[in-house]
Amino acid sequence: MAEITKEELMTSAPKKKEPDKAPKLTGKIVKPKIVRGAAGHNKPYTAKPELMEKLGFPGQLVDNWQEAAIRKMGELLEKYKSLQVYMDICVRCGACTDKCQYFLSTKDPNNMPVGRAELFRKVYRRYFTREGKILGKIAGAVDFDLELLAEWYSYFHQCSQCRRCSVFCPYGIDTAEISMAAREIMDSIGLGEKYVVEVLGKVHDIGNNLGMNPKALENALEFVEEEIEEETGIPVKLPLDVEDAEVLLVTPSADFFASPHMESLVGYAKVFHQAGINWTFSTKASEAGNFGMFIGNYGQMKKVASRINDAIHELRPKRLVVGECGHAWRVAYQFWNTLIGPFDTLNPKYPRPQHIVEFTLDLINRGALVIDKSANDEFTVTFHDSCNVARATRMGDKPGGQFELPRELIKAVANNYVEMDAETIKAKTFCCGGGGGLLTDEIMEVRINGAMPRMQALHNVMETHGVNFMALICAICKAQFTAVFPKYGVPREVAGGIHQLVGRALVLGAKE
Amino acid sequence: MGFEFNGKFYETDDDGYLTNLDDWNQEVANYIAQQEGIEMTESHWEVVNFLRDYYSEYKIAPMIKILIKEMKKMFGPEKGNNAYLYQLYPAGPALQACKIAGLPKPTGCV
Repeated sequence: MAEITKEELMTSAPKKKEPDKAPKLTGKIVKPKIVRGAAGHNKPYTAKPELMEKLGFPGQLVDNWQEAAIRKMGELLEKYKSLQVYMDICVRCGACTDKCQYFLSTKDPNNMPVGRAELFRKVYRRYFTREGKILGKIAGAVDFDLELLAEWYSYFHQCSQCRRCSVFCPYGIDTAEISMAAREIMDSIGLGEKYVVEVLGKVHDIGNNLGMNPKALENALEFVEEEIEEETGIPVKLPLDVEDAEVLLVTPSADFFASPHMESLVGYAKVFHQAGINWTFSTKASEAGNFGMFIGNYGQMKKVASRINDAIHELRPKRLVVGECGHAWRVAYQFWNTLIGPFDTLNPKYPRPQHIVEFTLDLINRGALVIDKSANDEFTVTFHDSCNVARATRMGDKPGGQFELPRELIKAVANNYVEMDAETIKAKTFCCGGGGGLLTDEIMEVRINGAMPRMQALHNVMETHGVNFMALICAICKAQFTAVFPKYGVPREVAGGIHQLVGRALVLGAKE
Repeated sequence: MGFEFNGKFYETDDDGYLTNLDDWNQEVANYIAQQEGIEMTESHWEVVNFLRDYYSEYKIAPMIKILIKEMKKMFGPEKGNNAYLYQLYPAGPALQACKIAGLPKPTGCV
């Protein structure tokens, strides 16, 4: 990489005029020949000083950034023993090299998981290992200079922290954790990504990622109620801030705003209505997402999650259910108990928290809902496992429930279901390409590329089985596919939530 | 960041969205539309005006569905749909219509 100044590093990415082109759909995912530096020009906008300072980070790159970064790295190595192990344990076997969607599409070796981790490891070796301190480059140790920091900023924002590589690593090295640590270090020296930093600021100021205030939220919910009543003639309610309800539903704020997200919102509401369960949303907890995870910042993660706990104490629900959001479910399933648990006030007979897929499927299995599967006969459905759900969580009480329950639910509400290539689903699923804080338009090229393996697998089942609906359980997946589908020549409408299908098939009204 | 137009400097964010809601007027909206390759027709204006009205009340752009429903009222059922919205604003309502309306870019998982 050419020499770079501090100002250039902090300057936001130049705007491209050319529309981003998508790779060709051939149905095949091939291991490419490497092209060094092919993706090094990609970088998301940097966060402005006032946004950074709001989160307690330095406003801009501090003068002694190198010293501060190394100190922070030392702290993280001490705090997260896993990170220390990941630094030392890699034997360069190569198993991960062709497993990342960003490498497969960009061909850039820094997008190989081992290549990405190497950006971190060479700094680690230089300042934290005896060989590196004495032997320097011979021992693979490199000074942390501005050029390398620029590479960090670029390539650690071409990792969606999807953890696919870790499935194939014989030692289980989790590159997502390395990428989170790298972002945590960059934030701590004043180099933050605008998208994530801005969204976190909105959660603290207004209560959700979108920055939707209570009045707007109320308006959106009323609108959806009117829509459902117009369509079905039945007054289905979407209650807000109801005290002592049976269920508090926490869902991504995109469900109140975007398409196709909102169709799942309709699905949730119909399920609660028809099951006769008293439920509520909360203005305080109007966001399931938690971008604190994307930047590896425990304090931010806890602060965002604390809104859920506040809502539980204010509204006193008996159960806590989480809507269709991939990384939120990881935070909920893995971290909520530590961050804001132990949820003593919630009913211990049910999972605390429970995924909406498990919740709805359980009702169907118990015969509480009447389903007309033929309502979805125009669709041939496939399912995209969201990375965070697939590789970091579980649903239900059996291993693999996070794979089986969504599929069971789809099959319970639709007649035509087709699986994509086995190498691209369940634990081996590819990321949509927009996860982990990459869902921002200035890096559309990264997003289009990152979607490539999933698009190839989808293309196959569209060609061979006429698939015309890819069911999703993540707000980021929904937004990402809706944006990149047209670039690949696939209609936007092919992307939608599982509860969109549920909402269509659910028969409202008195049971016959 | 920003741009000069008619002798005035307009501050924008990285993507060229006006930073100050009050800077907006029809001329500057026309100018932004031009940059986006859009020629403003009456239908374009109706969408933009609705977005601004909604924003002034709710401090956020409306849900796409709300916009579409409003379009049904404005243009009739044949044009009250996603396809027509994208015909007016090919890069999408958030990327183009909000930008021309002088509203901040919606971000989040959208």
